[in-house]
Amino acid sequence: MTRVAFAPDVFTWPADEPRLIGGRCPTCAAVAFPLPPACPRCGSTGVERHLLPRRGTLHTWTTQDFLPKEPYASGETPETFRPYGVGLVQLADEVRVEARLTESDPQALDFGMEVELAIVPFRTDEDGTEVMTYAFRPVDQEDL
Amino acid sequence: MEDVAIIGVGLHPFGRFGPKSAIEMAADAVRAACADGGVTWREVQFAFGGSYTVDNPDAVIGQLGLTGIPFMDVYNGCATAATALQLTADAIRSGKYDIGVAVGMDKHDAGAFTADPVAYSAPAWYGEMGYFLTTKFFGMKINRYMHDHGISHETLGRVAAKAFRNGALNPNAFRRKPVPVEDIVGARMLNYPLTQYMFCAPDEGAAAAVLCRADIARRYTSAPVYLRATTLRTRRYGAHEVHSTWAAVEQDDAPTVYASRAAYEEAGIGPEDVDVVQLQDTDAGAEVIHMAENGFCADGEQEKLLAEGATEIGGRLPVNTDGGLIANGEPVGASGLRQVHELVLQLRGRAGERQVPGTPRVGYSQLYGAPGTAGVSILSV
Repeated sequence: MTRVAFAPDVFTWPADEPRLIGGRCPTCAAVAFPLPPACPRCGSTGVERHLLPRRGTLHTWTTQDFLPKEPYASGETPETFRPYGVGLVQLADEVRVEARLTESDPQALDFGMEVELAIVPFRTDEDGTEVMTYAFRPVDQEDL
Repeated sequence: MEDVAIIGVGLHPFGRFGPKSAIEMAADAVRAACADGGVTWREVQFAFGGSYTVDNPDAVIGQLGLTGIPFMDVYNGCATAATALQLTADAIRSGKYDIGVAVGMDKHDAGAFTADPVAYSAPAWYGEMGYFLTTKFFGMKINRYMHDHGISHETLGRVAAKAFRNGALNPNAFRRKPVPVEDIVGARMLNYPLTQYMFCAPDEGAAAAVLCRADIARRYTSAPVYLRATTLRTRRYGAHEVHSTWAAVEQDDAPTVYASRAAYEEAGIGPEDVDVVQLQDTDAGAEVIHMAENGFCADGEQEKLLAEGATEIGGRLPVNTDGGLIANGEPVGASGLRQVHELVLQLRGRAGERQVPGTPRVGYSQLYGAPGTAGVSILSV
């Protein structure tokens, strides 16, 4: 089965320890995600590629319980739609990133919970190609 | 600098109106505002028109009279109408014109907004992956706020129930049926902790205001309302806002906080002086948060205020007396001028069944929207 990354410039993959690809400003050290064309804090151009920490904590979260309209491209229909969690994940003291969560049950999510980057299937195309994306999964869940 | 008065307001009802175009609705709103202000269209020297769905709001002059005046079109997300109002006021303040119109109009499809994320400076994959939704941002923001400040699900339900109750008293509202708190809290979850009845819906409508130099206002009306402040602010580094792939760890206040402080300073008025309030209630959580961001209470105090009924029409801090966005829906270009329309009625004592008791003298309105833009206006008699 062929697996492809939905946006190869956003995370390193395939890799044993995939990382999100952010940017760090050489002038003011601000970190952003994904790699921005200019620094959002000071406006400097020439922001440098910077790999983000793999683990972080859940600053806040919600669930997406209805099928988003286009341009959402999961290939799902209202009948097949599976709700997903979305979080704002704090990665060390560098940056917070918006990311899908592998968990969408409010009872299983909590503020400050430790989470880790995972590369997970997003959709399967007609030719069988599996399109992969990034998400964060609770660290405890992985250990169970 | 000239002071500015609002002499007339007009509104086309908000809701769904079949084939009627946004421009036709806007023409109705401008005609109503001119009639309310005792002004003929021929006396209007300039206009600003706001819309998201109409490319050329100025086309409305084809239905009002082709007088050749300058008519400037604006779009600024959910703060579009506040922008049209501010630009109209500034043009009069500068001394360039004596009398002008601010109008907003829109006609949206049902369901959550969507667009091309690239046009919002977000990557294309942001939409394809299911991040490009304003609703999930509001879910994340209020979820953390509830955790930090002890706000309950029931309080969110109370905010929405109040909106529907006030909407029932407003003949121009989209949703006019009261809904019990328990039905709101127990409704289908859209973005935890926000249920179906806690969100406003994109819809259709138009609203307009006629502004003039304060010193000539009484030529037209016996009941002018003065525009004491109009401010707009964008997000700062450190604010987590709509349609953002990331946020800084170092936190700064939301743009509303800055717009609000600047407006109080410009008006020389504090939150304690405000008698009637209009806040951006994109969702029930947004109203709760905006109460604090606009200085009307401390973080967490909303739990008690809602339980006591303080934000009801008869309470000490009436909020969204016309049902707000939750009961009126959001035609983006018109929404902020609907707020102004309601404040003007309230300050004139002509809000009918939903009139705030006593003699309210100061009104306050706030808009907030993507990608992190806020607008505040303060009005007084």
